[in-house]
Amino acid sequence: MEISKLLAEFKKDSLKIEDVASSILARIDKVEPKVCGFAHFDKQKVHDRAKKLSKEKQQGRLYGIPMAVKDNICVEGELTTCSSKILDGFKSPYDATVVSKLKSANALLLGKSNMDEFAFGSSCETSCYGPTKNPYDTSRIPGGSSGGSAALVAADEVIAALGSDTGGSVRQPASLCGVVGLKPTYGRVSRYGLIAFASSLDQIGPITKDVEDAAIILNVIAGFDPMDTTSIDVPVPDYIRSLSNDVKGLKIGLPKEYFIKGMEKEVRQSVDKAILLFKELGAQVIDISLPHTEYAVATYYIIACSEASSNLARFDGVQYGLRENDTSLLDMYKKTRGKGFGEEAKRRIILGTYSLSSGYYDAYYLKAQKVRALIKKDFDKAFRKCDVILTPTSPTTAFKLNERLKDPLQMYLSDIFTIPANLAGIPAISIPCGYSKDTLPIGLQLAGKPFDEPTLFRASYTYEKNAKWQKIKPNL
Amino acid sequence: MKIKTKELKYVADLARIKLTEKETGLFSKQLNSILEYIDKLKQLDTKKVEPMSHALEMVNIFREDKVKKSLGREKVLENAPSAKDGFFEVPKVI
Repeated sequence: MEISKLLAEFKKDSLKIEDVASSILARIDKVEPKVCGFAHFDKQKVHDRAKKLSKEKQQGRLYGIPMAVKDNICVEGELTTCSSKILDGFKSPYDATVVSKLKSANALLLGKSNMDEFAFGSSCETSCYGPTKNPYDTSRIPGGSSGGSAALVAADEVIAALGSDTGGSVRQPASLCGVVGLKPTYGRVSRYGLIAFASSLDQIGPITKDVEDAAIILNVIAGFDPMDTTSIDVPVPDYIRSLSNDVKGLKIGLPKEYFIKGMEKEVRQSVDKAILLFKELGAQVIDISLPHTEYAVATYYIIACSEASSNLARFDGVQYGLRENDTSLLDMYKKTRGKGFGEEAKRRIILGTYSLSSGYYDAYYLKAQKVRALIKKDFDKAFRKCDVILTPTSPTTAFKLNERLKDPLQMYLSDIFTIPANLAGIPAISIPCGYSKDTLPIGLQLAGKPFDEPTLFRASYTYEKNAKWQKIKPNL
Repeated sequence: MKIKTKELKYVADLARIKLTEKETGLFSKQLNSILEYIDKLKQLDTKKVEPMSHALEMVNIFREDKVKKSLGREKVLENAPSAKDGFFEVPKVI
């Protein structure tokens, strides 16, 4: 059931919040052992929260909606570990701004969703709790890093979830799990209480069953926050109002650099069909060019790892989490970090430290910042010609567990279509656009101008309402 | 080789991470192939490009310098692996 439908049921008084909680807990009991979408989950707490909510007089914009929050977003008094051993046992002493907002809207928080350790990954396999599985085929990955959030929504274990997106971590798993994922404009949603990976790229976004639900959640979480100096003081429109079934005259750009070989045939076919549908509905489809696309992944890994190496310096066994004792302070740091971080986290911290270190700074970090400016300029130019840019979200459908784990570079290339939006700071949404013949979901990405989430909602809502393929539920 | 084992050990040291021998071997191979890939950035002439450190153009976001409620010492120390007399406790430094 979608948020909009459940809210309507509550309004009519035809459903009680405790009954919803019981039925969703029964669903979790049944499928969670196969999906493994939660990092932290406590049944009793869910019952208690449902009971408390049932006594609320004010219903709230997300009243009783069962939700999960990614494990890198702080919830007061709850385990918040970024699926990493180094934060073992850490209970956040405060709520992230987005969590305060969900709580004020009376959402029913179920638990923390599993993720790649510190959001380092595209497959959810680097979690210290083990991988989450794709509900459509449990021998495959759900995508990452917000793989837990996407899988839980797809498996009907929650109605919606929050994820974070640094290089595609909301959109790519949404695409591979057949759900909707939105990365808002950088600065649209407060990052206060989101454990930082790459501060200039990170953005929190909703993962939902449909486009309307994404708009409902963005309405709740968007807005300026004095606690996050990178959040922007731009008025928040009512995103529900942008959900009109009409794309007449909308200019959709197709970047030629994205439609190249290496893309799975079925992905290409589904996206081509979507383009055709947009044309039939009166949109104007034009060819555009984003010439620096092929440099995006290299640029991203320098910038993201550099920022991560600095952000993760705070995990040193002093203030929180794991400590490996030693008589010397320096050796205590090294042992704690050597043991607490997983392989991918260490690899990225070392790559980041290397590119920031004296002698390499100009060749790597500074160079990447300059190429980032070129990539941003590509988008500025393109948006003079079109309103939205349409691409596949991922070049492939969900791959097998372990398939890319041994080759980091191959894993990094999974995000080739999603990374540029983070570098440019623009909003982008992934919506389902069909299935492969093996019933693996395929996603379509629409990217927009800064703060133009309304146009993304309008275009994706129209597609969703007019798409001719049938939705298939995962068979769990 | 872009990064030699000796250099990798030095960088891991800077990052305060103790690596096992196995990790050192594995990372040195993997980081070399990643750095080789990243070298494609050298194809671009960026002499006249200003570096971009932030997605949106903004300068100096200030807030009023007012005292606000903070978490409090007890709550801050709750998660510490070791605390004593209201402080974080670490191995002896001097």
